[in-house]
Amino acid sequence: MTALQQDYRNAQQVMNRRGFMVGAAGLTFGFSLGLLETGTPVGNGVAQAATGNGAVMNPWVTIASDGTVAIISPATEMGQGSTTSLPLIIAEELDADWSKVRIVPAPPIEAIYGNPGFYGSMYTAGSATVTGYFKVLRQFGAQVRRVLLDNAARHWSVPVEELTTEPNVVVHLKSGRRMGYGEIAGFASVPEKAPEIAPEHLKQPSRFRLIGKDVMRSELPSKVNGSARYSIDVQVPDMLYGAVLRAPIEGSSPEKVDDAKSRAITGVVKVVKFPFGVGVVAQTPWAAFAAKNALTVTWSRDGKAQGFDSDEAFETYTAVARGTVANPVEIGEKVGDAPGSFDKATTFMEGEYRCDYAYHAQMEPLNALASVSPAGDTAEIWCGTQSQPMAVDATAKALGIPTDKVVLHDMLMGGGFGRRGNRDQEFVVDAVLLSKEVKRPVKVMWTREDDVHNGRFRPLSVHILRAGFDPDGSPIAWHHRYATDNAGKFQDPLKYNGPWKQRDVISIAGADIPSYAIPNRLAEHFPIDTGIRVVALRGIGFVANKFATEVFIDEIAYKRGIDPLAWRLELLKNAPRARKVVESVAAMAKWDRKRDDRGLGLAYIDYSGTSIAGIAEVSVDRRTGQIRVSNFWVAIDQGIAVQPDNIIAQTESSVVYGLGLSLTERISIKHGEVQESNFYDYTVMRNRDVPEIHVEVIATDNHPTGVGQMATPLVGPALSNAVAALTGARVRHSPLLPERVLAVMKA
Amino acid sequence: MAVTFSVNGTSVTIDAPAATPLLWVIREQVKLTGTKFGCGAGLCGACMIHIDGERAFSCQVQLSEVSGRSVKTIEGLSGDSSHPVQKAWLAENVPQCGYCQSGQIMSAAALLAKNPKPSRDEIVEHMSTNICRCGTYPRIVRAIQRASREA
Repeated sequence: MTALQQDYRNAQQVMNRRGFMVGAAGLTFGFSLGLLETGTPVGNGVAQAATGNGAVMNPWVTIASDGTVAIISPATEMGQGSTTSLPLIIAEELDADWSKVRIVPAPPIEAIYGNPGFYGSMYTAGSATVTGYFKVLRQFGAQVRRVLLDNAARHWSVPVEELTTEPNVVVHLKSGRRMGYGEIAGFASVPEKAPEIAPEHLKQPSRFRLIGKDVMRSELPSKVNGSARYSIDVQVPDMLYGAVLRAPIEGSSPEKVDDAKSRAITGVVKVVKFPFGVGVVAQTPWAAFAAKNALTVTWSRDGKAQGFDSDEAFETYTAVARGTVANPVEIGEKVGDAPGSFDKATTFMEGEYRCDYAYHAQMEPLNALASVSPAGDTAEIWCGTQSQPMAVDATAKALGIPTDKVVLHDMLMGGGFGRRGNRDQEFVVDAVLLSKEVKRPVKVMWTREDDVHNGRFRPLSVHILRAGFDPDGSPIAWHHRYATDNAGKFQDPLKYNGPWKQRDVISIAGADIPSYAIPNRLAEHFPIDTGIRVVALRGIGFVANKFATEVFIDEIAYKRGIDPLAWRLELLKNAPRARKVVESVAAMAKWDRKRDDRGLGLAYIDYSGTSIAGIAEVSVDRRTGQIRVSNFWVAIDQGIAVQPDNIIAQTESSVVYGLGLSLTERISIKHGEVQESNFYDYTVMRNRDVPEIHVEVIATDNHPTGVGQMATPLVGPALSNAVAALTGARVRHSPLLPERVLAVMKA
Repeated sequence: MAVTFSVNGTSVTIDAPAATPLLWVIREQVKLTGTKFGCGAGLCGACMIHIDGERAFSCQVQLSEVSGRSVKTIEGLSGDSSHPVQKAWLAENVPQCGYCQSGQIMSAAALLAKNPKPSRDEIVEHMSTNICRCGTYPRIVRAIQRASREA
């Protein structure tokens, strides 16, 4: 534990009811985001802390007498940068000197640190972090600054209106006096009630010193010298190593276990049968892996996905999407009267689209270290998780102990992409259960093969699109019916049955097309309970749904003989921000320039308030069907650009991820079991596969919205549209495997 | 069996089965955890190190093979992140999750040691041994070009 974290512990213990304190750590400010059930931001800042329902008060900001400003970051870090961006937002309004800011990870207390824009959860996902916290953190930073100003005004006996701030300093211009924040922290008193800050008294964006100016992410230096610490790197005294052979099909159990060969391996300590698999504990990682591989297990045949075949599933899902097989339905979008408008339409178009299962492939295979007390009544865990409270809850539940008996060390994540946000946090529980068995700390590491076989995938999907046109050829009716596995229910039953209101919010997302001027629209989602392990994956439902809708939009343009760019601009006539990104990306790509042997494909999407457009430039090997991507251009409007270079980095990253999902990545299931194993048969993008990527960030003064995955869903439709522009052949099944490209080219 | 070799200039003697992958010896016994486990099959490059100046997938090297040889890990590339590749990595803000970056940096350093002025194509081809799931490839290429210029 660092000295600052110790300070925080102390501060928490003595913090007074007003949410402020003067103590060993200096001046500490807390507030509670509270009232989480409604999902609405509270934003009462320090005032909320004073009446926080008796909740334990935790600080957000502590100013030490040496001027160090410690700021809590409630987000976990997987490379997306929000553990830097959130404290930076507070620091901006507080006018803190960034070089004196120290970032401290938040303890797992959702009532205080939950994201007011994301179900009140401490859940780093959905590209929802900056956008969800932005308003409240600005407000809070401004309140802390105001308290410092008031104290300086009293100290100097001058009107507070005569004071201003420079980084970490209060300045009285008239007299030329200056006082550092650290000095003020030494004598400051705090008001009973938080100062009110009117929205117009927040900084004008033109005066931002940190927002919109790139700072180095706080953990970056540790990532070039090997000192960055992930949970897989943690070692504690007396530690053993674990591995788990999990049932190949969810819900199956080990019926017969032959572990004779495993036990014969030097260093093997214990073999444990669990309802979900068989665990081994050994003195070394290689002994643990070898022992796991040497197990012979007969599995019960009662897993729900028994017999499931992903190729055959396409036919089943098509029948569901077409309505020939009954299935519950949920509404993805409803505008106007689509069914009635189809009656008035004179011409029609229909398209059918498909997407395969896909695997997260975060570079750090899942792992965790747990140290359960010999009595089994307390636990310490080290893990990389997208949700600190979920990891604590899962541990407490596995041991049958209260959550306050669990100490969490949340570590850097070697990639997340949605894989570390499932409610059961099974990769943490593996270590907890094995540690309990052997009464020693156990680090459980999954091999890459475990990570693939136990993967929790992006659902398989089938989409049926229909459009109806009036006699002038204008689209008046739109109907999208799509069938997918139910990812929401599998990922998080608690939220599914709670705030998600039994809707598969993960797969349903992204079927809406709000910026397009099509007056009557209906999107109907058919979530299927297959028993396949499915969860959110970068881009969630958007990846599949935008593949379907943006290819279909393109097909309409071709059918009507209109340029796909002109067609989109016509559809976006009422959406100026959307038009701007489409026009920008078209200019970047020189859309009108004729190319030899290369085709251009365009896609536009609305994604949680972010407007984003992309153009792919491709060539196709007509003998093999292999697509080669030479350029990819993106224009993105995410409102205020909190960290512009990071937006570019995240967008490049999203494009590369989308290229993999759209070109090569496919999980296949036979007899209910995952067929792929490692990077030789689940192929992700390498350096040589990646085109030149060009990103233009269009910063506007709008509220900042998400950037961490918004470009991923652009890629599939842009590629398919580019292949069609070049060859006239339309690939309607993602990924765009060479054999699929060849098949449509020959058709 | 006991095997003696040098790691970042320091001699170590490790007693472990001869076939133990060097990766696990480095991480769990020498306790240098900057070298990462990614696939265990020589496919991703997260475990890349240098053996006698040549890059190698440490997950594919057995302990017995390094007897008497000189191993360098990310921790030994420079004492203070001052290697041109490390400096360029920060200047171009390459890492995202960071997990693959030790291996990327070791691959890049091996390239520049042999070929101080690589072409773009040479960089891309050399670096295609290393997977980065965050897709930092464009920045990796830029950083190597920068390191080549500034070294």
